[in-house]
Amino acid sequence: MAEKIELTKKDRLSVAWRSTFIQGSWNYERMQNGGWCFAMIPAIKKLYKSKEDRSAALKRHLEFFNTHPYIASPILGVTLALEEDRANGAPVDDVAIQGVKVGMMGPLAGVGDPVFWFTVRPMLGALGASLAMGGSVLGPIIFFVAWNVIRWAFMWYTQEFGYRAGSKITEDLSGGLLQDVTKGASILGMFVLAALVQRWVSINFQPIVSRVQLDQGAYIEWDKIPMTGEGLQKAFEQVNSGLALSPIKVTSLQNNLDELIPGLVPLLLTLLCMWLLKKKVSPIVIILGLFVVGIVGHVIGLL
Amino acid sequence: MNIVTIILVVLVAFLAGMEGILDEFQFHQPLVACTLIGLVTGHLEAGVVLGGSLQMIALGWANIGAAVAPDAALASVASAIILVLGLEGKTGFTKGDISTAIAIAVPLAVAGLVLTMVVRTLAVPVVHIMDSAAEEGDYKKVELWHILAVVMQGLRIAIPAGALLFIPADVVQGALAAMPAWLTDGMAIGGGMVVAVGYAMVINMMATKEVWPFFAIGFVVAAITEITLIGLGVLGVALALIYLNLSKMGGTSGGGGGHGDPLDSILNDY
Repeated sequence: MAEKIELTKKDRLSVAWRSTFIQGSWNYERMQNGGWCFAMIPAIKKLYKSKEDRSAALKRHLEFFNTHPYIASPILGVTLALEEDRANGAPVDDVAIQGVKVGMMGPLAGVGDPVFWFTVRPMLGALGASLAMGGSVLGPIIFFVAWNVIRWAFMWYTQEFGYRAGSKITEDLSGGLLQDVTKGASILGMFVLAALVQRWVSINFQPIVSRVQLDQGAYIEWDKIPMTGEGLQKAFEQVNSGLALSPIKVTSLQNNLDELIPGLVPLLLTLLCMWLLKKKVSPIVIILGLFVVGIVGHVIGLL
Repeated sequence: MNIVTIILVVLVAFLAGMEGILDEFQFHQPLVACTLIGLVTGHLEAGVVLGGSLQMIALGWANIGAAVAPDAALASVASAIILVLGLEGKTGFTKGDISTAIAIAVPLAVAGLVLTMVVRTLAVPVVHIMDSAAEEGDYKKVELWHILAVVMQGLRIAIPAGALLFIPADVVQGALAAMPAWLTDGMAIGGGMVVAVGYAMVINMMATKEVWPFFAIGFVVAAITEITLIGLGVLGVALALIYLNLSKMGGTSGGGGGHGDPLDSILNDY
């Protein structure tokens, strides 16, 4: 009996590293096929020695493939296990390997998009961006480091999980875990997105709604305050006790809206954008349109 | 700009271009790309602020399946280069500089989209070459062509970035200075609203009847400004865990089929 060929941890790490480039030759014909094959090459080299076997393996892995780039990792893990069995003489045919790949890529991509693109990245991005907008270089650093730690940990551990579970993993796919992860991510995502809409979409309506002359005693009478240390102290005390800074209370439209529901206009704008997107209006058109609205609104004094 | 700076900028642009397709390290995200361009040109803080502002707009841009989102890579790299060219010889930067750069970035994101599609089409003959290499069992050739395809994606951004660098700084500054205040202010206001588009894209992808209440909670809680984003994240995770656990308790369907409203059945039990 021939010696059993096994993929070492080094081989598997090499595959995981190469899967970083899975989208490198993304093309309209077979999408991630080139990158998939590129990632499998260390394993193919190790498992198959003859030219015919290698050629067949390379061709087998140049078939159509497309999923979320990080989700490819567990699928690679399973495929590595199958290829290892096959190289050792198990009756694993091309159809089985192709079936596992295709069977896993669809459902799993449905998990990857909401989790990575719609939850983790917007959250880390918003966290980093809010720091960065204040000029702190920590923002980009936190985003970059946290993202890559999460990404690499996910890719390596799910590939290992796939490798150990082998073809059994396809049974797990129908289990509740994936659904839980997807649903949990959407809940978290929706929650945080609402907060982002409230805090980061900025619209300020300039028009003044009212100018009210305040009663005497409700505002600070600056002319009666001497410009001395004592006077300043008195002034600040008055501010603290809630006196207005000027005798006329100016209320803008924005103040009124904020008293009603803070963030109402950003919310309405977001809902409008969602509706337009659903109507198949291109995001680019909406973005350009909003710039036009901003400029026109500013010129006429509304914004 | 000296030769070392030019090389570094083109290198950053190359990384951003590669990442625009790979989507792994996130060098193409504004937060990273603009910061790096700022770093290598000596305008770190301006780069960071531009990156942060653009990131807010680009939060929802993601490549899904064959669909391509507006191109963050070209938008970040080119607008950052224009920003630093405009700052050449000046100290510090203003809010206006940033909002002008953002306004320039948006049409660039569209232009980048076209370039991406061109390169993805060019990759079709590349995989055919890989096919014939596979026929011969020549894995080195498969690897080589895959790497060439990635390089092609990198050049997609590196070439326009390099070209931009050769526009003299005073021409860029002149063009930027010629923009009237009502235009740049208006663009800044537009930039504040454009953020909503990215969020809308993401919400459209995730929203189901089941998760809308969490949106409502998030919206109301966010008005309490004492809670930081991290705090909100913790709240969100906690809510998700509570919900998932509760929906399992009420689940009589078994296996988490998720038919009907799990909360409803819990309420009925009481």
